[in-house]
Amino acid sequence: MVESYIPLFVMILVGIIFGASNIVLTEILGPKRSTRTKLSTYESGMEPVKSARERFSVKFYLVAMIFILFDIEIVFMYPWAVQFKELGMYGFVAMILFMVLLFSGYIYVVKKGALKWD
Amino acid sequence: MNLSILITPVIQAAILVNVMLIGAAYMVLAERKVAAWIQNRIGPNRVGPWGLFQSFADVFKLYLKEDIVPAAADKTFHSMAPVISIAVAITAYAIIPWMDNVNIGGTTYTLSMAPNMDVALLVMLAMTSVGVYGIALAGWSSNNKYSLMGGLRSTAQMISYELSMGLSAVGVLMICGSLNLVDIIRYQTEHGWNVFYQPLAFVIFLVTALAETNRAPFDLPEAEPELVGGYHTEYASMKFGLLYLAEYANILASSAIMAVLFLGGWDLIPFVDEIALMGLAPDSLPAVLIGHAALAGKAALLVFVFIWIRWSLPRFRYDQLMNLGWKVLLPLSLANITITGIVLLLMK
Amino acid sequence: MNLDVILFALFAIGAVASAVFTITRRNPVAAAMSLIGHFFMLAGLYLTLHAQFVAVVQVLVYAGAIMVLVVFVIMLLNLGNEQQLTERISMRTTIGTLVAALFAMQVVTGLLARPTGVNTQHADAAMIGATAGIGNALFTTYIFPFEAVSILLLAALIGAVILAKRHLHEGI
Repeated sequence: MVESYIPLFVMILVGIIFGASNIVLTEILGPKRSTRTKLSTYESGMEPVKSARERFSVKFYLVAMIFILFDIEIVFMYPWAVQFKELGMYGFVAMILFMVLLFSGYIYVVKKGALKWD
Repeated sequence: MNLSILITPVIQAAILVNVMLIGAAYMVLAERKVAAWIQNRIGPNRVGPWGLFQSFADVFKLYLKEDIVPAAADKTFHSMAPVISIAVAITAYAIIPWMDNVNIGGTTYTLSMAPNMDVALLVMLAMTSVGVYGIALAGWSSNNKYSLMGGLRSTAQMISYELSMGLSAVGVLMICGSLNLVDIIRYQTEHGWNVFYQPLAFVIFLVTALAETNRAPFDLPEAEPELVGGYHTEYASMKFGLLYLAEYANILASSAIMAVLFLGGWDLIPFVDEIALMGLAPDSLPAVLIGHAALAGKAALLVFVFIWIRWSLPRFRYDQLMNLGWKVLLPLSLANITITGIVLLLMK
Repeated sequence: MNLDVILFALFAIGAVASAVFTITRRNPVAAAMSLIGHFFMLAGLYLTLHAQFVAVVQVLVYAGAIMVLVVFVIMLLNLGNEQQLTERISMRTTIGTLVAALFAMQVVTGLLARPTGVNTQHADAAMIGATAGIGNALFTTYIFPFEAVSILLLAALIGAVILAKRHLHEGI
């Protein structure tokens, strides 16, 4: 079984080697004439103000959290979908129950304005 | 241990990397040519006949450019981000079943790289979700406000659309009953293409694929008027080249995946067993080559659609983009699953 | 040596190395990236046990979803002076050392113990590990836990919104 995944491991390795070798190559081939101004952070020609590491809106975290929960829901759907024809009506009702509960959660999230961007 | 199980994939990987490079090179050229055509210009025409070698000249130029890493940047992660992006993009090429097994003189040769993975489609989605880190790291490590904002926007956008992408694939799985891409193709050869049974899922998948690859109209991460270059503002030389290459490699990969999931993969004409009509065995060399050409042709067509959309539609606003993902596509794809389930149960 | 053993060794070494990296890096982003690498190695270990579905879900959910949140938090919390985060020798270190010593003892006794001879896998391992097997098990034997998960997820969803709610209207 694990043999059928060896090409995948090989490809991931090849991808990393390809990327890394390109970066090394470009560092060797390119000229190096850095000046202080050239290495300063680009801010549309202005002097950079403070660091970029600012705090951001909580919405980004919230989106990530809601994403995790829905992602887990979807993960449960794959084995169900693959076996859908074998499980028949029984499986369908079980999944509808699962989906209805989560969809009510989704409606709660939307109504609370958690997904509202402005 | 038989060494051939290691050597064969290495050779295949080398071939696929070249396919990816040449494919991306000509996609960039095609994009510029189509854009020129849409905007009534000529487009690149100086390097080689009709500008055919333009992309190679560009890559060569990128290699010879100075690699500028801002003093404030985190050097390690600044270099690591393009590597993650390109590695994830390349991995997708191993998952796509480019060709069927071929039978020459009684021996069966496996030409696709990994056709026996039971969970191939999930591996594809998993790699897409890991691709987020390339962009998030590129944005963060640059220590530039534009980059960070671009990376952040892109990450939030990609995770939002990933949900609908996964859900729209569920409809296909319900019909085909397998996560293995080869099985999905075989099912469609027999029963007709999925796009006829899952039109809504196809549209959702196409839209989410545009968003996942950060293409217009979803190219908020690199919206020039607001964010300069987005997450690759502080990238130069081939590091920029790799991020750019990964973007085009992803477009080709998602086009091929859409062709496999919805457009019948190796099947040339829907509902007609054209291979049998031509008197060919399904595993003979001509039949396999026809199948490969069919898949490549469909993928090329979808790439054209990607380019066409980019040069025809204006960019979304960020709130519109998030609303479309969460409040339109997500409920729609859930509805699609429910309807598919009801129809399948009624047909039984 | 057969393939399974070689792959197990590779993934196990990778898993341990990335785990050590995760806890020794000062830079929190480096630690998070090592943790992602660790999840990939774990997925590889699951594959050697024929658990294909679990392996890919490991990457999809842990590396692709949960770590996105962790990376978000690390990147944007603006930790500022990272030196403040390094801890002095304290009660926590002492307890940690003790627990680590206990684990080390366990590992040593495990290594010294004679092999029981039971190292072959269950005959149906490959069948159970595939997606179809999981689907069957989930919707027959484990149908109640499955439905219970939806309530758990619902509670988590509401919890997430309530936690973030008072900051919601402050704008970006």
